Amino acid sequence: MRTLIFRTVAPYLTSLLVLFSVFVLLRGHNEPGGGFIGGLIAASAFAVYGIACGVQPVRRALYFHPLAIAGCGLFIGALSGVVSVFAGVPFMTGLWAYPTLFGNEIALSTVLTFDIGVYLVVVGTITSVALALEEREFD
Amino acid sequence: MDANAMSMTFVVLFLPFVAALVAPWLTRHLKHNAAWVLALAPLAIFMHFLGFSAEIGRGEIVTGGYQWVPAFNVNFSWLIDGLSLTFALLISGIGALIVLYSGGYMKGHPQQGRFLAYILLFMGAMLGLVVSDSFMMLFVFWELTSITSFLLIGFDNRREASRRAALQALVVTGGGGLALLAGLLMIWNITGVSEVSLLLRFGEELRDSPYYLAVLILVLGGAFTKSAQFPLHFWLPNAMEAPTPVSAYLHSATMVKAGVYLLMRFNPVLGDTPAWETILPLFGGATLIVGTLLAIRQTDLKLMLAYTTVSSLGLLVMLTGFGSEQAVKAAVLYLVAHSLFKGALFMVAGTIDHEAGTRDVRKLGGLMKAMPITFVSALVAAVSMGGLPPMFGFLAKEEVYYALWASDPWALTFTLVAVIGNALMFVIGFAVALKPFLGAPVETPKHAHEGPVLLWLGPVILGAVGLAAALFSAVTHHFVSSPMASAVAGRPEEVTITLIPSIGMPLALSVVTVALGIVFYLRLEQLRLAMAGLLRTIGWGPDQGFDQMMRGIVRFSMAVTRIIQPGRLQTYMMVTFILIAVALMVPMFVYGELPGWPDFAASDATFYELAVIAIAVIGLVAVIIARDRLTAIVSLGIQGFAVAMIFMLFGAPDLSFTQFMVETLSVVILALVMTRLKLSSPDHRPRAEMVATSLVAGVCGLGFTLYLLRVTEGVMDLSLSVFFAEFSKPIAHGANIVNVILVDYRGTDTLGEIGVVVVAGLAILALIRIRLRDTGVTDTVQSTPVDDAPRPLAEPAPAMEKA
Repeated sequence: MRTLIFRTVAPYLTSLLVLFSVFVLLRGHNEPGGGFIGGLIAASAFAVYGIACGVQPVRRALYFHPLAIAGCGLFIGALSGVVSVFAGVPFMTGLWAYPTLFGNEIALSTVLTFDIGVYLVVVGTITSVALALEEREFD
Repeated sequence: MDANAMSMTFVVLFLPFVAALVAPWLTRHLKHNAAWVLALAPLAIFMHFLGFSAEIGRGEIVTGGYQWVPAFNVNFSWLIDGLSLTFALLISGIGALIVLYSGGYMKGHPQQGRFLAYILLFMGAMLGLVVSDSFMMLFVFWELTSITSFLLIGFDNRREASRRAALQALVVTGGGGLALLAGLLMIWNITGVSEVSLLLRFGEELRDSPYYLAVLILVLGGAFTKSAQFPLHFWLPNAMEAPTPVSAYLHSATMVKAGVYLLMRFNPVLGDTPAWETILPLFGGATLIVGTLLAIRQTDLKLMLAYTTVSSLGLLVMLTGFGSEQAVKAAVLYLVAHSLFKGALFMVAGTIDHEAGTRDVRKLGGLMKAMPITFVSALVAAVSMGGLPPMFGFLAKEEVYYALWASDPWALTFTLVAVIGNALMFVIGFAVALKPFLGAPVETPKHAHEGPVLLWLGPVILGAVGLAAALFSAVTHHFVSSPMASAVAGRPEEVTITLIPSIGMPLALSVVTVALGIVFYLRLEQLRLAMAGLLRTIGWGPDQGFDQMMRGIVRFSMAVTRIIQPGRLQTYMMVTFILIAVALMVPMFVYGELPGWPDFAASDATFYELAVIAIAVIGLVAVIIARDRLTAIVSLGIQGFAVAMIFMLFGAPDLSFTQFMVETLSVVILALVMTRLKLSSPDHRPRAEMVATSLVAGVCGLGFTLYLLRVTEGVMDLSLSVFFAEFSKPIAHGANIVNVILVDYRGTDTLGEIGVVVVAGLAILALIRIRLRDTGVTDTVQSTPVDDAPRPLAEPAPAMEKA
């Protein structure tokens, strides 16, 4: 598997895939995409990187333990639901804000942060499983 | 009740819990003197409830409370009438003394703070229990007393005996609590009310209900376990493993009286039926006799008292179920008297143990000189327990004989039971109060001297109260006995008995009791040996029965676990898929819902759609005929990609997108699992197993096909699709309906699902690590079919259907 070509291409491929996954995540609300599918794309990106260059570089690149990322995602997801409580509306009600940045209106919402949470959960969980399986020894 | 008093009561009900919270902290700073501060909490509660006595004395009742779960009509509401007021006063009053006593008894114990906290927690639970009006609150506090008593009995958790006793008490009383819950729910169902105060009007309805007997048995199940009625009495003596303040509190005045409280509380609605008036006296009478006989056998002061507590509870149950107003009055008086003298005697036993170093009555003697205050308070309590004037116990016993005495055989039997029981209790009372103190001084493990004020304050006050209550009986009856008797009987009652006895049968019976008691006392040693011999001959008791039952439960659950959890993945998968096949096929055949033959000719499938379907079929065939596993996994991927293409062609880009990714990752992860587990590439299972699995798989597949065909034959209800298409943009600000459903409309579902994903990830990681650590397993797992299921690790699958 670890051919020279694959090893050379893999980092670029991974970067592109991760970038693409973020793109898919952000466009998700209006066009095909979303946190779940974005997370799957990013997870496969890391899996590809791991197969090509070994597990340690992936772990270094991720910096955090993948399960910590998943846990963080779950926390963000839950938090996005809780925010609505402070606005006096039922749990998980979507809240929207439209700040203007450099003349562009940007739609921000708890729905988006929730989707980011989903994304992180999927990336974290699947990557941690895939990396653990790729690894030869105890990590 | 005005709003101010209402919120005060609410605060008071939570005061013990707050005190429990600060108890460890206070004890760290003030050492054992923290008890003086902590006793202020029960004292404040006592004063608060005393404030109700004027209203209660006039025969009124006080209710109040707040909504708790309005949707289910569950309230946090309380009912203060004569019954609950007396109990609340006993709990808080004796509770204050017990907190002080614990301060002295547990002085210097490293966990004293924790102990005081447990005692206060228990107090809060018990207080909540007796003032509860709503059924749910009653049940919650009921179980809370079981749990806190578990903590208290098992306080000395390094000893096996106390752990066993704690567990036993929890199993017996907690189990009874579940029966009570069922009983309460049935009452709720029959009458439609969930509050005790409203229930009183529905007595007739309840008694006439066809479910009356079931309700009765369930409620009695709760009461009899809690109040240690024979043959479920065994947990109470075992609970003597607890430090003595626990016994003095839980096993004299409070916890064990909860069952009696329950019976008294439900007497107006459940009582007055043949079943009630048969079951209660029979069980109560049996408990009375068995308890006293077992008490005679003991030499440990605490155990002697514990068994007489069992018998006193028997007497109370017997009286409550006897059915006359006289019996109710007697039960009320005896309950109050018993709480006072038994609490004092337990504390005395603890003081003797604390100061002399032993509780064995045979090793004690001549302590009178060394411990005069303790001796006097023990004597006063014993006089009350023996039913002699001028103590409150005398009033109670006279009233008991008034109530029981009649000339029919049923009444005569119970009079006889009461006389023998009382005589034996007389014996035990004086054995505890006299034997350690009189006679020649004996060498005790510790050099005995009078305990500190914290230790003798409790018994002295309880003795004084017992005396004052009898001397000023008119006041006692006005504020305590009469309101309580009215509440138990369900109609106004007046208790009038005084210390001046009227000449008649009850007095004669008292004289007989005392005479018998003196005879028995003089022959205590012979009686004890005779009882010990008898028990040896029987050789089996409910206590051993409990152990046998527990062992039986463990064995049974192990046997069941072996059957339903064999630990072989193959078995699990097989059972799961067989059930799926059955669930798919059986309803279709039973209800004649088989689909018709699809009309292929009419389909307008284009050539490229057919090509994609052909690829899927080729992938499927390749999976089945593949010689090694890797080929099968890749072929499965091909088939999955073809399905994703179909989704794409039929206008579900999101679904198809996700399907592509899931298929890719499934193939990658499955391939990794294979290399990781070092599975041999070819699949060599016996032919019979192959046939069986393919049969099940085939039926599953066929079932799904038929099911889908049937579903597509029907008319699709598009109202949801229309709704989402219409409103997804205006109210959820998103054009992608799938995503909007996932993160907005059904966001809470998704939150749950990502939780499941994280947990699944943790579990998989743990499994992989176990394999890594324990390399010895590698070889054995090689032959077990971890890989037989098509996608054992495709954990994105549950979320796939959503996306």
